[in-house]
Amino acid sequence: MGTKNKIYLLIFTLIILTIPAALQNNYHLMVLNVAALNIIVVIGLNLLIGYAGQISLGHAAFFGLGAYLSAIFTVTFGLPLWPAIILAMAITGMIAFAIGIPTLKLEGHYLVMATLGFNIIIYIVMIQLETVTGGPSGFAGIPRLKIAGFVFDSDLKIYYLLWAVSSGVLLLALNLIHSRVGRAMAALSHNEIAARCAGIDTENYKVKIFVISAALASLAGSLYAHYLTFISPGTFSFFYSIQVVTMVLIGGIGSLWGSVLGAILLTVLPEILHAAKEYNVLIYGIILMVVLIFFPQGLFPGIARVFQKRKVDGQAEF
Amino acid sequence: MTLSLQLFQFILSGLTTGSTYALIAIGFSLIHNATGIVNFAQGEFVMLGGMFMITFYSFLKLPMLPAFILTVFSVAAVGLLLEIGPIRRAKSKEILILVMITVGASISIKGLSMVLWGKNPMTLPPFSGEAPLFFYGAVIMPQSIWIFGITVGVVFALNYFFKRTMTGKAMRAVAASRRSAMLTGIPVDRMILLSFTLSGALGAVAGMVLTPITTTSYDVGVMLGLKGFSAAILGGYGSMPGAVAGGLLLGVFESLGAGLISSEYKDAVAFLVLLIILFLKPSGILGRGRLRRI
Amino acid sequence: MLEKALPEDKTILEIREITLRFGGLEALNGLSFSIASHQIVSIIGPNGAGKTTLLNAISGVYPLDSGEIFFRGMPISRLKSFQIAALGVNRTFQQAQLFSNMTVLENVMVGMHPRTKSGFWGGMLHLADERREEKMIQEKAKTLLNFFGLLAKADWMAGHISIAEQKRLEICRAMAGEPELLLLDEPVAGLNIRETEAMGDLIIQLKKTGQTIILVEHNMHLVMGISDWLIVLHHGSKIGEGHPEEMQKDIRVVEAYLGA
Repeated sequence: MGTKNKIYLLIFTLIILTIPAALQNNYHLMVLNVAALNIIVVIGLNLLIGYAGQISLGHAAFFGLGAYLSAIFTVTFGLPLWPAIILAMAITGMIAFAIGIPTLKLEGHYLVMATLGFNIIIYIVMIQLETVTGGPSGFAGIPRLKIAGFVFDSDLKIYYLLWAVSSGVLLLALNLIHSRVGRAMAALSHNEIAARCAGIDTENYKVKIFVISAALASLAGSLYAHYLTFISPGTFSFFYSIQVVTMVLIGGIGSLWGSVLGAILLTVLPEILHAAKEYNVLIYGIILMVVLIFFPQGLFPGIARVFQKRKVDGQAEF
Repeated sequence: MTLSLQLFQFILSGLTTGSTYALIAIGFSLIHNATGIVNFAQGEFVMLGGMFMITFYSFLKLPMLPAFILTVFSVAAVGLLLEIGPIRRAKSKEILILVMITVGASISIKGLSMVLWGKNPMTLPPFSGEAPLFFYGAVIMPQSIWIFGITVGVVFALNYFFKRTMTGKAMRAVAASRRSAMLTGIPVDRMILLSFTLSGALGAVAGMVLTPITTTSYDVGVMLGLKGFSAAILGGYGSMPGAVAGGLLLGVFESLGAGLISSEYKDAVAFLVLLIILFLKPSGILGRGRLRRI
Repeated sequence: MLEKALPEDKTILEIREITLRFGGLEALNGLSFSIASHQIVSIIGPNGAGKTTLLNAISGVYPLDSGEIFFRGMPISRLKSFQIAALGVNRTFQQAQLFSNMTVLENVMVGMHPRTKSGFWGGMLHLADERREEKMIQEKAKTLLNFFGLLAKADWMAGHISIAEQKRLEICRAMAGEPELLLLDEPVAGLNIRETEAMGDLIIQLKKTGQTIILVEHNMHLVMGISDWLIVLHHGSKIGEGHPEEMQKDIRVVEAYLGA
């Protein structure tokens, strides 16, 4: 993956390991924990947008499916934790497959509309199917995260687990981009006909990336459910889908490091904005517009990898 | 009530909400045709229509007609500002970025509305009273007739505008091919500005006629916008008769779904229909197919 | 890597009565011909004769309305483009379709896609097999770039090299797919005289390694200079084929260019 990325990874790991010592209270840890989960979703989404050239406005549904499915599997059906999470990922992946196959064949942005519609429907189902999901009041009593008997019962312990998973996903994604598959994906997002004539099965790849991005969102959702031990439909609305797409855009399409930073930034921002009380929504909207208008390639141009703009000589950066 | 009468009732009320969806859908199509952008703030235009009307009519006690006109102008101005400001100044012309900017605008408008009008739902009195009328055995509110009538009026006016006036034809030219339009001397930028302004006006009308029936609050924009968008896709994105057909059909499906199956899942109907259409005929009911095998 | 498997002079491509319509327009009309391997065959004809459409039909970009295309005896007209590429037919485009978001080297590495196989898991986990294959891909790509005189600019963004270099890069990328049949669509369009000559030399060099090449071109000087065989199209049908010298004198060909 190149020396630069390895150095970034090292610095990243060091920061993650040492930050908790510098924090004053638990609340900050919680915010960082949610940020770690958002990173997982955003990386998957960035692969979809930046490399498959497709947009999804429904990732909140996949996130929510992961949360509710693993909650239901563990609480209602008594399945053990990690098999439940993996099963949830598998089911979410299959649903994504079913949505992706017909829509990704077509020219035009049908996936956007399909994912949008899907998000709303799932949201309504979450609210209405009360006996299964607990309805608007939510689903409580979700078992905590644990590995072989060791229970993650404090925000600090969860911090290390979630950031470990998050870093793992980042590592896998970085590897993927620098591999044969990553190149094929970059090619197909830039010039689909040329890619096909060069031997790349673009339809297949588009579907696979969509499925992977959905599965990652599901994973994050499950971890979220077992972290907070309580979930409610409000978290999984269309608004979250917009938020994660924004995180991708702010970090820079195609830039994985940008996604990390974008996710952290936009997770922390609403928390800061709480102080502004009733102006918070307005300010959020304005910040969004300002960034998109003046920094369309993302806030991190040095790391941002935009299709037309990489360095001319020397190794291209990520 | 016999089943057929019930159905008739559902269809009638479906046509009512469907008319507003049609207006919203036309707003989407206008901007999409001129620019290729999906304007996520369209729903907020509708919300603003209701809010401004309430402000002018209920708070400032202006008579109905002037309040109506002022509202249309106000929201049209919002549309205009959206184009002149954020959209035109955006450094990137990528569709995705511009669409997300409209999302930002939608959030901002919602946030501003929250600050100005608070979070509580508000309503308008129906235009001509609340006494229900009877139509072949079905109950129909006078407001519904207003909605239907105004929608028909708007559609006719727009039709005349696009087919008979120079400006309208110029807008169609821009929609067909921006480059050719530019080459023939049509001021494309102004046409785009006009499309945003008109969409604002359309949203205002939709909001004003709908509020007496459904009440309004700072956050109704999102769902209305999404449904209007679904209606536009359903009818075939980009075509005005398609938007109207899509809107009416969506309204009827929603009403039938709510009445016959379950009213809690009413909102889901719109999107379920959308998904089904996408899988069967992605170009929409009246759209022309454009499937190209690579 | 550049050696060919087919014995000399075997029929590598057969076009049989193919018709392709765009709306009411017949771009290809009952076209038939065969091509033997290890040759440079040029397809010529006036504008609108259907030359690029023919390449698009062979590479699977457009479906046929009737007729069949046989590659090494196998019918390919119903296959998808990427399958045809994997079978051994690679092409370039009239305007170089490079992946300008990638470097020169990466463009060639992408070209090797159908000849390599690491997938998602290998890529994500960076397994030993994948590492080995990556190394092999890099080395082969560099060797190819060297052959095409582009090695010095391997790390340049593909969009930043000159037009002549871009066209060479596109051919290099196509060659990375180890094709049995190479389709070149107007490889010297937009090049000056010096660059055109260099391109002609390059194409002849490719042929010497055993490559079969189909060339669509307008530049008659180049065509006459390097082709082993000519096929002349007009209004979507073949109006003549043969050795370049014969075709120059063929009255129908001359009429096609000068006449209607």
